[in-house]
Amino acid sequence: MSVNTVVEGAPATPVAANAPLLEIERLRVEFGPADAPLAAVKDVTLSVAKGEVLGLIGESGSGKSLTCRSALRLIHQPGRIASGSIRFDGRDVLGLSGSELRAMRAREMGMVFQDPFSSLNPVFRVGEQVAETLRVNLGMSKKAARAETVGLLGNVGIPEPERRYLSYPHELSGGMRQRIMIALATAPKPRLLIADEPTTALDVTTQAQILALLARLRSENGMAVLLVSHDFGVIAQVCDRVAVMYGGHIVETGPVEAMYSAPQHPYTRALLESVPALDAAVRGSERRTAIPGQPPELSEQIAGCVFAPRCRFAQESCKSASMRLEQVGEAHASACPVRPFADGRAGAGGAAATAVRVVPDVAEEAGR
Amino acid sequence: MSATVPATTPAARRRIGLRGLFAGRTRPPLPVLIGIGIVGVIALASLLAPLIAPYPPDKLDFLNQLQAPSFSHLMGTDDAGRDVFSRTLYGMRVDLGIVLLVTYVPMPLGVLIGAVAGYFGGIVDTVVSRVADTMIAFPFIVLVIAIIAIVGPGLTGVLIGVPIAAWALYARLARSEMLVMREQQFMLATTALGYTKRRAILRHAVPNLMRSSLIYSTVDLVVNLLLLAGLSYLGLGQQPPGAELGTIIAGGQAYLLSAWWIATLPGLVLVAFGVGVGLIGDGLSDGRMRGGAS
Repeated sequence: MSVNTVVEGAPATPVAANAPLLEIERLRVEFGPADAPLAAVKDVTLSVAKGEVLGLIGESGSGKSLTCRSALRLIHQPGRIASGSIRFDGRDVLGLSGSELRAMRAREMGMVFQDPFSSLNPVFRVGEQVAETLRVNLGMSKKAARAETVGLLGNVGIPEPERRYLSYPHELSGGMRQRIMIALATAPKPRLLIADEPTTALDVTTQAQILALLARLRSENGMAVLLVSHDFGVIAQVCDRVAVMYGGHIVETGPVEAMYSAPQHPYTRALLESVPALDAAVRGSERRTAIPGQPPELSEQIAGCVFAPRCRFAQESCKSASMRLEQVGEAHASACPVRPFADGRAGAGGAAATAVRVVPDVAEEAGR
Repeated sequence: MSATVPATTPAARRRIGLRGLFAGRTRPPLPVLIGIGIVGVIALASLLAPLIAPYPPDKLDFLNQLQAPSFSHLMGTDDAGRDVFSRTLYGMRVDLGIVLLVTYVPMPLGVLIGAVAGYFGGIVDTVVSRVADTMIAFPFIVLVIAIIAIVGPGLTGVLIGVPIAAWALYARLARSEMLVMREQQFMLATTALGYTKRRAILRHAVPNLMRSSLIYSTVDLVVNLLLLAGLSYLGLGQQPPGAELGTIIAGGQAYLLSAWWIATLPGLVLVAFGVGVGLIGDGLSDGRMRGGAS
């Protein structure tokens, strides 16, 4: 039952799993002194195909934001990309010169940030901010940029775009600001949109609208999306594939349905189990299981599997196993060294899958 | 659809940022209006001094020495029979012109230098910060007097000396704000959008940094005005017989008991101007507190 629910909840878009647009390989992001570095992202390999929506999920501090910022080389001092390779459409992102990198950021990649309250410049009218990117990055004239901006604002679901063009960010609600931010990031029709927790700061209804907007823009422009979230409900609604991060590693990746119905890594399963079901209050009996312990500190050196210290399936061999993603199904890979891990609780994802429906269906974008 | 209802609470309506200072739809609070009134009247009167002043500022009249304030001499006359009111108007003119110059020329430079230092950090920041610290640590008035000792008494010393040191405080202010702003997502977004660093700093950061410097500049303005009057009082600024508030007050000092108006009334104008600027500055920083979507 659970499997079907999930599939219905997510927009049924076929995965165009052909040539990858973004390929991140063995990425390592470090902070601190070079001789005693703190690695926030330890070893991440992922790829986003053209037109695909990849969800990157994990708890705070798992390295998901840094991973997606790395794609744009948006890692500031004192952070640094210590090793690994990032390729965008075949080009080596880490080897780009300053102007090549700017051109790529300007036209081919867009980024939406988590906090719509600080991602727009408070002293400029929102329309001017969108028009600025059109003028600077696409070389439009002032007039053309203004007209185009009004169109873009309308397209992201801003009522009265002519009037809203003149608003300052503080005059708009969080959801509206996030729409503006999306208009800003997608103005040059980028081929990849990186959305770093775009709905975390918003309430649930607004969240659903923003996700639906992203899904629509994705199908209209054919752009790929790398969606970062810590909310399985969000991921389930719009993503084709999911990558689960823990402690600076990707622990499992696969198609969204497979991940929900048959998680192949204990951490993924534990995450799904910790999501409360909508009818939990009615049923009353079930308690959510929390994952014991704390996520690892950056300074902690964990031999073998990073999740082993908190894992209820951990075995002695886990302490020496390497964190390598192994194929466990079609386009489905897990880094769990215990395979197949199981404790006889088939369909563990069931409760969580039901909970996914907490967020209302967004096949139609509400309010448009 | 609650998401599309714009926030129109009074607090949200209040403008923030540099433009909001002037483009606010709400009326400024009363103290600010009073401040604007005082400063406006004094500034206008000194600007129009040639039209308003009843006598030429240097006209000697030995028949009417040390006259008490009356309708023919609003602020009385000094020991040479010069009309104190006319001298005050002309004096304020000199004072205001110089003070505005030495306050608002170094301000944008300081903000820019501070913004660059804060944005880039590292060695740029270290160098700029140490130079600024040195300027600030050095006693300001000693520096100005030292420069006057080189170029000779007069207003040139003030024009050179004050800007040399004044940028440093603005730079430090802007730098510390930039350190915070650099981490804000809209600054990160300028990078993500592929803007040049120059555009990020000049177009996106500086307008945000200007506000606090502008508020601080109201304090600086009064300090500079007092500095200028003080130097003239000491005989290092405006040289007699040129009219300047400091020289007028210094000249009247000897007659404080017999002809109190010579030093007191121009002094009150100076105080009133300082209070007016202070009220405006207070209003600006209050608006910042309330407008507060930082």
